Amino acid sequence: MAELTAQQVIASPWTPELRRRGVRLLWLWAGLLAAVGLLCCGGLVARGRGGDPVLMCLLVVGPLAMAGAAMCCVAIIRHHRVVARILLKMGLPIFVGAVAGAVVLVWACSLLLDFVENMVAGQDSAATALRTAYGGELTVAQIQSYLLSDQQRAAGVAGAGGRWATAAYPLWPLQFGLVRDLLLAFGVLAFVAITGAFGIWWERKVAGRIQSRLGPMRVGGWHGWAQGIADGLKLIQKEDVYLAQADRPTYKLAPYLVFVPVLVGFMPLPFGSGWVFRDLDVALIFVLAMVGIDVIGVILGGWASHNKWSLLGAMREACQMVSYEIPMGMSLLVPVMTVGTLKLTEFAAVQSGGFHTWLAFSHPFALVAAVIYFIASLASCKRAPFDLPEAESELVGGFHTEYSGFRWAVFFFGEYAAMFVVSGLAVILFFGAWHSGLPVGWGAGLREGPLWQQALYGLLFSGPLWFIAKAYALLYVQLWLRWTLPRIRIDQVMYACIQVLLPLAMLVLLGSTLWGLLVPPGGWLALAANVLCTVAGATLVIGFIVIAAYGFINRRRLVGTLVVDHLPGS
Amino acid sequence: MVFVAGLLTVGWAGPAFAQQAGDDSSCAADKLVTEPGSMAEAVAFYVVGGAAALAALGCVFSVSIVRMAMCLFGTLGCVAILYFLMAASFLGAIQLIVYVGGTLVVIIFGIMLTSTSPWVRYLPRRIEVVAGAVVCLTLFGALAAVLANTDWGPAWPGVEGFTVGQIGEALLTTYLVPFELASVLLLAAMVGAAYLARAERRGGDK
Repeated sequence: MAELTAQQVIASPWTPELRRRGVRLLWLWAGLLAAVGLLCCGGLVARGRGGDPVLMCLLVVGPLAMAGAAMCCVAIIRHHRVVARILLKMGLPIFVGAVAGAVVLVWACSLLLDFVENMVAGQDSAATALRTAYGGELTVAQIQSYLLSDQQRAAGVAGAGGRWATAAYPLWPLQFGLVRDLLLAFGVLAFVAITGAFGIWWERKVAGRIQSRLGPMRVGGWHGWAQGIADGLKLIQKEDVYLAQADRPTYKLAPYLVFVPVLVGFMPLPFGSGWVFRDLDVALIFVLAMVGIDVIGVILGGWASHNKWSLLGAMREACQMVSYEIPMGMSLLVPVMTVGTLKLTEFAAVQSGGFHTWLAFSHPFALVAAVIYFIASLASCKRAPFDLPEAESELVGGFHTEYSGFRWAVFFFGEYAAMFVVSGLAVILFFGAWHSGLPVGWGAGLREGPLWQQALYGLLFSGPLWFIAKAYALLYVQLWLRWTLPRIRIDQVMYACIQVLLPLAMLVLLGSTLWGLLVPPGGWLALAANVLCTVAGATLVIGFIVIAAYGFINRRRLVGTLVVDHLPGS
Repeated sequence: MVFVAGLLTVGWAGPAFAQQAGDDSSCAADKLVTEPGSMAEAVAFYVVGGAAALAALGCVFSVSIVRMAMCLFGTLGCVAILYFLMAASFLGAIQLIVYVGGTLVVIIFGIMLTSTSPWVRYLPRRIEVVAGAVVCLTLFGALAAVLANTDWGPAWPGVEGFTVGQIGEALLTTYLVPFELASVLLLAAMVGAAYLARAERRGGDK
């Protein structure tokens, strides 16, 4: 192997010669694409199809836009230093723009899927009760006639002559439920990946601020927002290291046994009133079952690593997770008793009347049940103060000591996804599902209006953004608790579960049963309890906001004497 | 891959994608989405049932005890998927909670805590293999003969709306006595477990 000199190692591969070659290649590409675009434009206009939006987009606007992008790349390469400085300064707008763009993209996809659903439901003549969800009977011609505007239909124009006729070709595969399900599954996977990347960054910032330091500041400009993405890229390209004595199939399977059940648990989790992959009748116990399957992956991961520390971590974790499933399930029965169903989408209707109708504030037992559920869910996600399985100060990494690179990333994504799932369950069952605190009836007129009014309704009254915001708020509380509370020993963990939380959960269950049976729903006792719990909850929320605002206003003072002005994100 | 396959299978058996407005939530039960007797249902059944059978064979024939537990996990999971295919989603979810999340975890606990080492290999002797094979094949033959010669009635009609609420009502009215007997049995099991755990400690202290 040739020896590398220090000069060769340090020198950047981005030499001026390489830049010149890149610029020449990009000019070639730009020229070719522009030629293709102009030729297609001429051809389409000559054939009289110039008004066809789909073909114009695909064959003309697309290549011309790519040519423009190539020329922008040329400009960036020519003046890369200036561009880099500008990008670093614009970190915050880029981040906000990316988030807003993602939200708009998801909304557009949901509108498209609604349109396809309406098309399939309207045209499908086989209205039997046992309709197959994966078959489809529409031909391209039928779709084209569906896409005609009303005027054209009245004038008797044939389907293929309509303006959007070529859009029927990409719409045709979308009529099959299988294709739509694949798209939605991909969307869920993307959301989990984004939650993981965002969670990494947020955890490190929160940890930093609580420990009087800053956290990531450089990657991506504004406060290191791209740190999660950078970590993901780093982990993917790492070398696949594993022990020779590790049991290969089990070792490779264990991370996926932790990650996949949590992803499947996202399936019945509704993000909004139509935003659910499958509206299962037994959604709640399905999600609980999926969170419970995690235990097996952790145990197998610890065993397969052929390492006594991993095995210890795995056994502790199994004890802990299995024991805490009991108070978790019992405390979740309290809102189930109030609403009377296990279907997660039906909890939103009960809580749509405003902040005081949220199920956690209906009576004191529900409030205590919410707290018990939250603590039990901390234990089932292996988060501090119950993070013995991954106790960094004792067991190196616990059950994931011997995992590195992408396998560790899978464990990690599984943990963040599980945190989101349990937070999401808490939001749906206790804290108002996807409604904001305002009564939904005030915005009823907005819901039927045009698109911009629907967007306003979604932002103000009820929508998936509120669900995600509330779930992230609970996730933030989990992050906050991790860096505030010390870790507790395994015998203290079991004591807390079996001698504190379990009797408390039983008392709460009994109390809420008696409350439901004996207290008349509109009477003075119910009203007084509702008011009391609402005031308690509102105090907590307002107190949280006030403390956060105080910390934000005094953020430089909290960091101490650390000089921050020279860093890129400040 | 596994994720997509699992999602699709469970989604296949679950109700159709919920509409935004006009969702008939009074008909909250699971709708069958493969026509019984259709090709798709047959393919799904044979694939999942075959996977369950293969996992069971793996459990029986493997020599490492943790591999046995993993194959048992595969078998129980495939049975849960079969329940979902039959639109019995409550039963499928309970199968996952009780068997996979409970029984299997207890089995793995038992393996970890009681075996001399989790990495020991169980190699049966030849006479054991022959005797086991004879017994199993006889049992299989008998079961196959009985199942093939039973009149199962017509292929199942469409499943009516059968919600979890109805199951709960049935458990508390029609099937109350078996329900209470089962809970007494579980209570006896818990008391026995507590006694066993405590007796060891007292023996160690005194």
